[in-house]
Amino acid sequence: MSEIDTIPVSLTVNGRKVQRFVEPRTLLIHFLREELNLTGAHIGCETSHCGACTVEIDGASVKSCTMFAVQANGASVTTVEGLANADGTLHALQEGFRQMHGLQCGFCTPGMLMRAKVLLSENPDPTEEEIRFGIAGNLCRCTGYQNIVKAIQYAAAKLNGRTYQEAAE
Amino acid sequence: MIPGPFVYHRPASVGEAVGLLAAHGEDARPFAGGHSLIPMMKLRMAAPSHLVDLAGISDLATIRDEGSTVVIGATVTQAALIRSDLLAARLPILRETALQIADPQIRTKGTLGGNVANGDPGNDMPALMQCLGATYVLAGPDGSREVAARDFYEAAYFTLLQPGEILTAVRIPVPPAGHGYAYEKLKRKIGDYATAAAAVVLTLDGSTVASAAIALTNVASTPLFAEEASRLVVGTSLDAATVKAAAEAAKAITDPATDGRGTAEYRREMAGVMVARALVKAADRARTGA
Repeated sequence: MSEIDTIPVSLTVNGRKVQRFVEPRTLLIHFLREELNLTGAHIGCETSHCGACTVEIDGASVKSCTMFAVQANGASVTTVEGLANADGTLHALQEGFRQMHGLQCGFCTPGMLMRAKVLLSENPDPTEEEIRFGIAGNLCRCTGYQNIVKAIQYAAAKLNGRTYQEAAE
Repeated sequence: MIPGPFVYHRPASVGEAVGLLAAHGEDARPFAGGHSLIPMMKLRMAAPSHLVDLAGISDLATIRDEGSTVVIGATVTQAALIRSDLLAARLPILRETALQIADPQIRTKGTLGGNVANGDPGNDMPALMQCLGATYVLAGPDGSREVAARDFYEAAYFTLLQPGEILTAVRIPVPPAGHGYAYEKLKRKIGDYATAAAAVVLTLDGSTVASAAIALTNVASTPLFAEEASRLVVGTSLDAATVKAAAEAAKAITDPATDGRGTAEYRREMAGVMVARALVKAADRARTGA
């Protein structure tokens, strides 16, 4: 029992309207994982460094461990569960991560995918440098980033109607 | 890590927000992007029992051109500063600085008002505001007042912002067209606070420096306006000896802590290097119109 009243929040998550009563102190990441059972966004560092909890809110990237659910009242939230195409096929980014081996353990992957989605919406054909700067808030301890960059380049090429050509190393 | 319980308020006006802060006193905190306060609340180093979210006050999220002054609302985010065409044209140093703060996700939420009002010596915008000669608009129960950024900071996390007051806007005098600028920041990695950083805005008359302002980030318990260093470069052609003298004058006012970013001696030295680089880059931009 808490002496603080719960308050209603109403938001759209992956295209579906959801309404819940939450304690004001409920972090968005806990709301997504525990109230909605959307466990794609991960809890990594809990200190807004690692980016594993990254989701898209109204077209922008946010670390959902550093935001209260009440702040998302009225917003549209997309998590990795909402990334695949409507017909069930993989989003170009998911396909890119698969084809280019953009993951090893996979822990950072949902955050990487959701950050890369917004990056490509803001800059559809980024250079390698722009990709690296754009994913600077997402840490990966396995890959060394090389294949993540290639995966995003693969997706950018596909979304621009080109076939990805890996640069000679 | 879960913050302690609190009552959430979302006022629709500054007057209502100030009223809430007055009603709840020390137990209440204003709240914008939350990227300083939420981490502190998770660690239970902050445990406000009332949060006053400023996000519902739409006036605070605007950037206004008043001719010789640009007025930026407190809840304008770093991402919005970066996107602004007005700022890109008239105050491009804001974009250059904002891009060196944290990472894309944090810039989505982090605000100018929070960055300057929090009093964290690691924050980048306070020194920039001192460099630009900005003033802060503070709203309280008795109305609104203005304080110069150069006077606002007293010690780490101590500012002239009184309990019950909210910083609502930053007023920035626009430097003349053709001015040179640079924000040079040394950091260990993306997202880090500065080991040392320097902001420079200057104007040239031919090849002579007509005006200059220099300020420093994270090399003392407050941001530092480097008055003597600024004065030294005016009237010169910014030759190598002058740049060196200005860097030395700036170093002389620093008092950095020894921490994970380096020893005090190293960080003082780097403050000088950042000043020298920023001066050269700013002058170059003023010459070439870049």
